[in-house]
Amino acid sequence: MTALPPCGEVKLGLVIDLDTCVGCHACVTSCKEWNTGGYGAPLSDLNAYGPEPEGAFLNRVHMYEAVPETGPAQVVNFPRSCLHCEDAPCVTVCPTGASYKRAEDGIVLVNEDACIGCGLCAWACPYGAREMDRAAGVMKKCTLCVDRIYNDNLPEEDRIPACVRACPTGARHFGDLGDEESAVSRLVAERGGFALMPEQGTKPVNRYLPPRPKAAPEPLSLAALAEPEAKGFLGWLDRALERL
Amino acid sequence: MHPAPSVIVFTVLSGLGFGTMALLGLGLGPSGAVAGPLTGLFAFVLAGAGLLASTLHLGNPQRAWRAFSQWRTSWLSREGVVSVALMAVFFAYVAGWFLTGSPSRPLGILSALLAALAVFSTAMIYAQLKTVPRWSNPFTVAMFLGLALAGGVIATGLAMTLAGETPGPGAGLPLLAGSAAAYAYRRRTGALSLATAATPESATGLGALGRVRQVEPPHSAPNYLMKEMIFIVGRRRAEKLAVLFVIFGLFAPLFLYILSREAEALAAPGLALALALHLFGAFISRWLFFAEAEHVVGLYYGRR
Repeated sequence: MTALPPCGEVKLGLVIDLDTCVGCHACVTSCKEWNTGGYGAPLSDLNAYGPEPEGAFLNRVHMYEAVPETGPAQVVNFPRSCLHCEDAPCVTVCPTGASYKRAEDGIVLVNEDACIGCGLCAWACPYGAREMDRAAGVMKKCTLCVDRIYNDNLPEEDRIPACVRACPTGARHFGDLGDEESAVSRLVAERGGFALMPEQGTKPVNRYLPPRPKAAPEPLSLAALAEPEAKGFLGWLDRALERL
Repeated sequence: MHPAPSVIVFTVLSGLGFGTMALLGLGLGPSGAVAGPLTGLFAFVLAGAGLLASTLHLGNPQRAWRAFSQWRTSWLSREGVVSVALMAVFFAYVAGWFLTGSPSRPLGILSALLAALAVFSTAMIYAQLKTVPRWSNPFTVAMFLGLALAGGVIATGLAMTLAGETPGPGAGLPLLAGSAAAYAYRRRTGALSLATAATPESATGLGALGRVRQVEPPHSAPNYLMKEMIFIVGRRRAEKLAVLFVIFGLFAPLFLYILSREAEALAAPGLALALALHLFGAFISRWLFFAEAEHVVGLYYGRR
């Protein structure tokens, strides 16, 4: 059913720390590895060894620079995946009921057996979170590793999304953002976590933590570099050559 | 946005078919016992061909029947439900007309209502998308309804002329209104750039640090998102295509329609040419509708 369920208490999601992300793409490959063998159709790659490889991924890592009015620019690595919006436009536009949001934990999923591959949900998503699997003809998206987080067959430390498990710098956090006392909610409150494109009215669950302010570097004097003042033996040599 | 040929063919052909169905249902088309049902058959085949074309862009067309289930929330589902209901009602209307020799008024009015609703639903699929500022406004709906109406007026006018009937007084006014609505869409939405919906700063949330620019994309070759949502091929020809559309798709058919009312000898060839030009213009306009539309996901890729 593509009507959105009444907003539940539990809102599972990710908190991504843009301060610690180093842009290694470990979350991307780990996500691809888990999800190509798990839930639904495999994440196909087309023309993987050709000049223009294309494949379905559920997570992408961009690199941006933020350029202030004065001072140096700051480079920010930026992972982008489904934000599991409370008011998910990708769900309500679906004509078949394949796209749905779970009432119990807020995860947005695609029932691939009912997906006709029309692509309208991808058009409705402002975040580019959905990619068509060209081989299977169905829409793929982040499942928040629904087949890991409740999986009793896995050791407890593995019952988190593959991207969170793989992140070597601890830049990705998983938890219940509906619970104000949860670790992720406290992290968001402490660090001033924000939502992406709030003006689209989608009410994302996922939050991003801003890069911490950097200490302003010492102003660099180029004139000092151009005329180095020699000391010691070199200084004596310099003065001697000057007198010649 | 990527202009998928199947979607362009679908919306243009079904628009013309639905427009003709609406006018025929309201009794504004040919009234003869042969000409009426024959025009109906023409509209039915056009709309049917369009509806079949619409399934060609699906990844799994064999499951298309599932699209009738979510009419409570999805405009795409509503379009499917209304279109199929219209095809059934209109078929009964035309078949009844052919068999009894006179059209059923209630079925005709119901067909006209469903046809208007079908075109409205198609338009709403695009107008509902906040992610595409050019589409997400009432001009989109007016344009879809306007082009369908204009095509319907020309097609029914041609059918009446061929059947030796004369369109009633004021029959050209809906053509004028429809053409004006189609013209208004591009004039009034041209300024709705991506910036009216979102910015690279709001997309990344990094505005507090400064102006945001992409340094390196996440992948080396274009992916589905870029091919589907960041279609920029042919945009530099957009202005010329738009002029072609206005001259040949809007003004020429209007002129030919007026001419056909003044000079009886020129009526049939004039309206036939008008219909051909209208279709030519509608295809250009629908191609531009997609090619010129910008999706906010382009902000993540530093492109529009």
